[in-house]
Amino acid sequence: MRDVAIIGIGCTKFGELWDCSFRDLFVEAGVSAIEDAGIQGEEIDSMYVGNMSGGRFVEQEHIGSLIADYAGLASNLHVPATRVEAACASGGLALRQAILSVASGHDNIVVAAGAEKMTDVGMDTATDALAAAADREWEGIMGATFPGLYAMIARLHMHTYGTTSEQLAAASVKNHHNGTMNPIAQFRNEITIDTVLNSNMVADPLHMFDCSPISDGASAVVVAAADIAKKYTDTPVYVKAATQASGTISLHDRADITTLDASVAAGQRAYKMAGMTPDDIDMVEVHDCFTIAEICAIEDLGFFKKGDGGRATEAGETAIGGRIPVNTSGGLKACGHPVGATGIKQAVEISQQLRGTAGKRQVDGAEVGMTHNVGGSGGTAVVHIFSRDR
Amino acid sequence: MKVGIVSYGAYVPRYRIKIEEIAKVWGDDALSIIGGLKVKEKSVPGLDEDAITIAVEAARSAVNRGNVDASRLGAIYCGSESHPYAVKPTSTIVAAAVGAEPNLTAADFEFACKAGTAAIQTCMGLVGAGMIDIGLAIGADVSQGAPGDALEYTAAAGGAAYIIGSSDLAAVIEDTYSFTTDTPDFWRREGMPYPEHGGRFTGEPGYFKHVTSAATGLMDKLGTKPSDYDYAVFHQPNGKFPQNVSRKLGFTPEQIKTGLVVSRLGNTYSGSCMIGLAAILDRAVEGDRIFMTAFGSGAGSDAFSITVTDRIDEIRDMAPKVEELLNNPIYMNYATYAKHKGKIKV
Amino acid sequence: MTVARFWRKIPHRYNLIGTHCTTCNEYYFPPRTMCPTCRRDGKMEPHKFQGKGEVVTYTVIHTAAKGYEMQAPYNLAIIKLDEGPSLTGQVVCGQEEMDIGMRVRSVFRKLGEESEKGMIYYGTKFVPE
Repeated sequence: MRDVAIIGIGCTKFGELWDCSFRDLFVEAGVSAIEDAGIQGEEIDSMYVGNMSGGRFVEQEHIGSLIADYAGLASNLHVPATRVEAACASGGLALRQAILSVASGHDNIVVAAGAEKMTDVGMDTATDALAAAADREWEGIMGATFPGLYAMIARLHMHTYGTTSEQLAAASVKNHHNGTMNPIAQFRNEITIDTVLNSNMVADPLHMFDCSPISDGASAVVVAAADIAKKYTDTPVYVKAATQASGTISLHDRADITTLDASVAAGQRAYKMAGMTPDDIDMVEVHDCFTIAEICAIEDLGFFKKGDGGRATEAGETAIGGRIPVNTSGGLKACGHPVGATGIKQAVEISQQLRGTAGKRQVDGAEVGMTHNVGGSGGTAVVHIFSRDR
Repeated sequence: MKVGIVSYGAYVPRYRIKIEEIAKVWGDDALSIIGGLKVKEKSVPGLDEDAITIAVEAARSAVNRGNVDASRLGAIYCGSESHPYAVKPTSTIVAAAVGAEPNLTAADFEFACKAGTAAIQTCMGLVGAGMIDIGLAIGADVSQGAPGDALEYTAAAGGAAYIIGSSDLAAVIEDTYSFTTDTPDFWRREGMPYPEHGGRFTGEPGYFKHVTSAATGLMDKLGTKPSDYDYAVFHQPNGKFPQNVSRKLGFTPEQIKTGLVVSRLGNTYSGSCMIGLAAILDRAVEGDRIFMTAFGSGAGSDAFSITVTDRIDEIRDMAPKVEELLNNPIYMNYATYAKHKGKIKV
Repeated sequence: MTVARFWRKIPHRYNLIGTHCTTCNEYYFPPRTMCPTCRRDGKMEPHKFQGKGEVVTYTVIHTAAKGYEMQAPYNLAIIKLDEGPSLTGQVVCGQEEMDIGMRVRSVFRKLGEESEKGMIYYGTKFVPE
């Protein structure tokens, strides 16, 4: 397999983008990634698009064709475009497919994009569309919601490890702080522990400020064979690992409710593929759809012992300048969570960190970064490791 | 062939509202209402309960109490005036939920408050004729009273199920007798959420005429008299009517006490005197004789003469007793009650 | 959910009919057609669960799922059945009664409905034992 590198990145602002349509979003992100890479449309061999639920959110399927068409890559160039879906991990999946197609030698330059337009439907439809990432027959029809499933993880984590609501809130406070330094972030305001604890209870013990928002947004990266990367950029971001793992779709079927075993498996495969350990990672973008998800992720990926994630977060070990900065972008909580776009945005953030262009949120001496994207309550996990060095 | 009760089960939701709470909303004098109706509180269904779930819980209780093989059921009749579907049987859902086999006959009955006892009679006929081995007869309701109407003080939720057969009987039904006329004392038109009634007309020409006619008809037929019975239970739309009618017929307060559950339960319509009978079977011993008369507006009464066998001791404790179902209630205010009863629409 | 989609699962929803692999002796609920342990070597047969178990974890849902708004707040739990498998279900009781490890038993309740004029979905919930 060939080495692969990211040579271009692009991202829209995340948020409630009332004046942007689904197609406006991915065109903006795609164009800025292509411009960043300095490539021509003719050089693009194929595209992979992560999108969770075009059918529910904008009543549009056949996203691959739509994107190729509106990016000007369909009518003359007929660039193959493939939509992939793994709920909230759709973006990570698209990136991995793009990397694999270059690594295999079949393609040289591939665009990986992710897009979701979630505010064109009412809150109840959006929530219901997201609930489709769980087991509709045996969780959804019982009245389960996504916050509800993660709340059950949180309850057991608290019961087993003594994790507190304050510790969960600390993840949200930290991510909001990071978001203030990210121009694309949906929320750019500081909050306090009390902001979280005094917000409405969504699913006990998760408050509204423990939950990521409904967002619009798109992001894209251009990946290329490492051998040609330097032709396009002085700062290629090399892919050291691109791994994926499946877990049971239903939370109730997990051996341990507080462990997303797909995250563990994808993480272990990534460390093995990169020949690295958690100590080699300088910063990580994890899938904090809920605060408890960040706590579980930093444990499942081996940064902290199981059960220590809450205390470590409260102690500031995951802040910028801490032992392992987590979600410098603001994470899903503050940067926003347009589901299909999230996995790509994580790679955009790590690329900026490794390029040294992350501005105020720059991690000093950033050499190696990781992304972690989860579908549903842990049915899919996608992990990437990126490095400045090939 | 002796026909009778193989097993029985009752179900009452946990929620209650006190008469004072309802009276407060309508500016009524709670004490005079409690004094007049002899009802202190009534049961309210959970947000996820209806006549079907109540029928299923009562039916499962009956199947479990008697350790009855549900595949033996040849008929299921479910009586209610609050079937959740206007068209689509309650009884087929009950059949699936108790694990019955498809080779049975089933139908839903409606006869105001006596549809359940009509179901018992139908099962008795099928068993007696040798057409079926055993049958399941259910009376279950989440009865409706319009906000502010007198019925709102009593319209309650609950049900009871009886497995009728000819062997392994816990109680023998010696005979039944019905009295039926066209008396429009109470009705609910198709598509209307709440019933209408004739006020005081429901009393003398409705309840009293039919109950006394059926009761005396059966005793005349059997040559029995009130003192031959250990227990009596009458339809209980409130506490006053069954007390008055039993006195009129010559039964003592002692005979009706065990089965008179209305003061803590309200009027469960099709479940009313069937739950009362269950409360008696919870206490009765071999040889005890029970006299039951149901009443349904519209109007008719079904009277039954029942004798308990020694098998009652084997099955009595195998399912929740009525007393247990009445214990441990959760009281609610009128606003929550209105939400539970679907009086708040979103 | 269409009528057929609900209908075909009625035995499982009403009576907790799951599956049992006679090869490895594992019990499954929700039902599976293939044993995840034995895969093609497994032999699955229907199994009726007793409906008793204990709460592994739970939440009180305040922002309800679509169609469950009138029931909010409601208790949702992962329940480990005595025969082994775990499932997701509602526990009908006061939220202050909820606790990890509490014993529960199954009851027959309305899960939801398609709409005011649509089909009513019945199935299994749990209450404290």
